[in-house]
Amino acid sequence: MQFDSTQLIPALPEIFLLTLACVVLVVDLFIRDEQRIVSYAISQVGLILTLVITILVSQPGTQILFDGSYIRDPMSDLLKAGILLITFLAFLYAKDYLRERGLFKGEFYTLGLFAVLGMLIMTSANSFLTIYLGLELLALCLYALVAFNKDSTQGAEAAMKYFVLGALASGMLLYGISMIYGATGTLRFDELAQLVTKGDLNRLVMVFGIVFLVIGLAFKLGAVPFHMWVPDVYHGAPTPVTLFLGSAPKIAAFALAMRLLVDGLADLHGGWEGWQGMLIILAILSMAIGNLIAIAQTNIKRMLAYSTISHVGFILLGILAGTKEGYTAAMFYTLVYALMSAGGFGIVIALSRKGFEAENLDDYKGLNQRSPWFAGMMLLLMFSMAGVPPTVGFFAKLFVLDAVVSVELTWLALVGVFFSIIGAFYYIRIIKLMYFDQPIDETPLTVGMDTRLVLSLNGLAMLFLGLFPAGLLSLCSSAIGS
Amino acid sequence: MTLEKLIFYVLAAVVILSATMVVSRRNPVHSALFLILAFVACSGIWLLAEAEFLAIVLVLVYVGAVMVLFLFVLMMLDIDIAVLRAGFIKLLPLGIIMAIAMAAELILIVGPENFGLQEYAAPARHAADYSNTEEIGSVLYTVYMYPFEIAAVILLVAIIAAIGLTMRKRPGAKYLDPASQVVVKRDERVRLVSMDAEKG
Repeated sequence: MQFDSTQLIPALPEIFLLTLACVVLVVDLFIRDEQRIVSYAISQVGLILTLVITILVSQPGTQILFDGSYIRDPMSDLLKAGILLITFLAFLYAKDYLRERGLFKGEFYTLGLFAVLGMLIMTSANSFLTIYLGLELLALCLYALVAFNKDSTQGAEAAMKYFVLGALASGMLLYGISMIYGATGTLRFDELAQLVTKGDLNRLVMVFGIVFLVIGLAFKLGAVPFHMWVPDVYHGAPTPVTLFLGSAPKIAAFALAMRLLVDGLADLHGGWEGWQGMLIILAILSMAIGNLIAIAQTNIKRMLAYSTISHVGFILLGILAGTKEGYTAAMFYTLVYALMSAGGFGIVIALSRKGFEAENLDDYKGLNQRSPWFAGMMLLLMFSMAGVPPTVGFFAKLFVLDAVVSVELTWLALVGVFFSIIGAFYYIRIIKLMYFDQPIDETPLTVGMDTRLVLSLNGLAMLFLGLFPAGLLSLCSSAIGS
Repeated sequence: MTLEKLIFYVLAAVVILSATMVVSRRNPVHSALFLILAFVACSGIWLLAEAEFLAIVLVLVYVGAVMVLFLFVLMMLDIDIAVLRAGFIKLLPLGIIMAIAMAAELILIVGPENFGLQEYAAPARHAADYSNTEEIGSVLYTVYMYPFEIAAVILLVAIIAAIGLTMRKRPGAKYLDPASQVVVKRDERVRLVSMDAEKG
């Protein structure tokens, strides 16, 4: 085979990002503690450049590289753009928090960028091997980031739990992969899909493999009953890490689900014997447990963790529909959720200061009197998470439910609506605390100009996308393609 | 029963027994040693399956490097087994039920009906001079170049994460700086004071 370096062009975003992460690693060695802003600046500019490169190399159709290990298609382009944008937001919100607490170190950016690289690899994986390696790259960075504040025992405990459960989940995933490899003899998703369509495979072994794949996937997504790590990790990690962990990797996890289940095993979708049935169970449990337990939380990070679990249930609803509309709706939901989650944790960071974490719901009392603008942004984000029109969260839920109804699973859509009504309670409780209670803490907010601006854009995006959802929806729809 | 089958069953029995010992020993050092035994027996099975390179790598890397390091760590740490064992009896019934369910599923699925010789023909034997090291080498840097590179990045991240998590500057720590010790001058340490002689 002749090697021609122009073959590598579709993989440029990954190559550029890897170089960038190494540059940050080396540059950070040679600068003094007061100049850490340089590492931050290089990372942010690099992320934007990666985003630009991703857009430049995108084109209709798919390209498969590296002997089938790598795929670039419209779906990977859009998801990569989403991951890069959300990471940009996460780094930006994190900056002031880290500075105030003496955590402003280069490792945060190096590990963060490597995590993004892992996510990009996952979104562009075309073989089990690549997707697994991307997942491990992401997970290793996240374990280290959760324990980033070395003085926090909570952080160390959370990282340990995350590490042990994550390793277990990887084991499950690998076991499923080995079963499917045993039954088909291929690691590539496109070849796998052809074999599955031909249909002379041992169905029992395939379904057995899929069970393990779905378990591994549910662990990574944080779906019930594999959600135990989510609240502890969200609570124990430093808030900027929680922000990062709770937003961009959800897009990567969506890509993981799409690549494993849809690219490779779409024809084993049907009914209770296929992966649809498994996802139905996961989705119902996630929506139920997530929304019900979130009501009992007094810590906002834990509450948002349970809210994540319930949102994952909704994303699974879209995927399990198994139609183009379903995948589009799930993708729309995931992107919107990542943006909402980034904004929500961004507000938590904005309200906190050195020695005060703004973690308790009581800390949000009377926010309207302290800062009407931030209260307004939080109002938009919470309404969007609850799914109140005209915010975008409503449309995300609507599209998913529509897709589920159109495959004649109306009862499932009703379950979804039922639990999101229950879930609306705890989102709206925060709004009540902000607008109708007296503030306990009168300290004025000190938020940098950049954070203030971007956080405002993030909040207003909820409203803007809610008023004009068609643009993003058509992007998602064309990304899903056939 | 051919000799090959006999060797296989002996090695397989060793793997299963030593794996059981790994999880049942009270002393973690013993567990680690049994794990080494399990690895060695496994590499024997791989040799039977004509995967010589992997068998050698398993012994060299896992037994030679990973497990030795692991033993070091185990001996350095003072692990309180009583604490680790707390709740073992309470959770044992649940664990046994789960283990039996998993084992039953595995036996039902990974058995001769689904993975027997009728389903998958036995692979052809290779000649004695066949080198599977060469075979791996010929695909590792070509077909599997991309996964190989990612694995390299994962190792880099492991280094960064390990150093990042363990390096810390303790504010009160006392340590000597050899460089400043070497360049020290007499004037910095000794002060000569001229005093008048005391009058008796």
